[in-house]
Amino acid sequence: MEIVLFLAIAAFVLIVLAGMYNRLITLKHRVDNAWAQIDVQLKRRADLVPNLVETVKGYMQHERRTLEAVTEARARLTRGGSVGEQAQANNMLSEALRTVFAVAEAYPQLKADRNFLLLQEELSGIENKIAYARQHYNDNVLGLNAATERFPTNLVAGIFGIRRRDYFEVQAADREPVRVEF
Amino acid sequence: MLHDAVAANVRRSWLIILVFAVFVGLVAYAFAALLELGELGVAFAVVAALVSAWGGYFYSDRLALAVSGARPARKDEFPYLVNITEALALGAGIPAPRIYVIDDDAPNAFATGRNPKQGVVAVTTGLLAKLDRAELEGVVGHEISHIANYDILVATLAVTMVGIVALLGDWMARAVFYGHRGSRRSSSRGGERGAGFLLLAAMLLAIVAPLVAQLLRLAVSRQREYLADSSAALLTRYPPGLAAALRKIAADPQPLRAANPATAHLYIYNPLLDRKHRLDGLFNTHPPIQERIRRLEAL
Repeated sequence: MEIVLFLAIAAFVLIVLAGMYNRLITLKHRVDNAWAQIDVQLKRRADLVPNLVETVKGYMQHERRTLEAVTEARARLTRGGSVGEQAQANNMLSEALRTVFAVAEAYPQLKADRNFLLLQEELSGIENKIAYARQHYNDNVLGLNAATERFPTNLVAGIFGIRRRDYFEVQAADREPVRVEF
Repeated sequence: MLHDAVAANVRRSWLIILVFAVFVGLVAYAFAALLELGELGVAFAVVAALVSAWGGYFYSDRLALAVSGARPARKDEFPYLVNITEALALGAGIPAPRIYVIDDDAPNAFATGRNPKQGVVAVTTGLLAKLDRAELEGVVGHEISHIANYDILVATLAVTMVGIVALLGDWMARAVFYGHRGSRRSSSRGGERGAGFLLLAAMLLAIVAPLVAQLLRLAVSRQREYLADSSAALLTRYPPGLAAALRKIAADPQPLRAANPATAHLYIYNPLLDRKHRLDGLFNTHPPIQERIRRLEAL
């Protein structure tokens, strides 16, 4: 009789643990998938930047430092790294691109270039997409992190090594106004 | 705050669906009580209902697009719209929907499809011309929310439910009319009073059922509009964008040429609404625009 009772309790505990484990795995996959969406946009952005530099170079002979900043930020972004590093590289690139577009205002010929206008719409479109993908990613990270810290799922997460993830953060520098150097 | 509003709306919508389902069940039960009037007829009604449900499930999106005269939006023609829609889909965590434009000066938009994978967003060229970026993001966010919340499926299901009830009501009316004359000849006198009462109830249901079903469909649609509004606010993190867009759309005097009673409940703003005499009464598929704006501003 006692053995039956013991087995029943053991089975119950096992089912509850399995439920928690499955929930954690679902949350983890959601975060991975959300990150993949950001990654796609980051890569597309990095792919477009050389085209932009090529188009702009002909018009902006005096803005070498501005363009170097763009190329440098792109190189850092393509190097990959942790979520934090990529977020930082992405912020650098956003800032550098914003400077290029601000400087471009002073070049009427460039502003009339159809290729440039297409690239500008596409790049700002991607920046917007990254912002929304980041929002979705951070929402999912919030869910996963809460589950890995809340009792009793934190015990299950600890046993199976499911860890909290980093947010894809907008740095303070990204919110500063653009400095335009002439 | 935004999360609370979404949760409350989801609960209310479930309640409406539950009431709807119970109502459909009761009507079906009342009809089954009359079964002796012809089992074959009921079987035919069920088959017809299933066929219409199947057709509604798989073809309603194509039909809605065809009726509205929508055409696919090419990226080189509408890069701005395509980029905004794809960005908002990323934010909602759904696959990028197919994007359509309707060549019409009236600002309006709708979403269709049966699940997020088959999602469609359609906007008029008038909407693109008259709204600024934040407003357009609000409207597209509203449509993306309809897709992400499975409203597009709920709308299809509601249409199907109404179709079934209307069909049952029609069959009941026929059964009562013809069956009554038949039963007088065949049945014994003892059962006559009970059958008479049943027939009266059936007759009442036959008249009331389609009306109530239509009202329920409208109520479903209204609650889903509030939910999509608050979801769009959550998605764009900027409720004033959609509020300003709704104000502009409501104030626009241009009527939508492709307006149709079958698709009216899909649009963000009821295209059939009499723009001179704003009758936001019981029969409108959409909640009053002032109320929607007020709720957005309260977020």
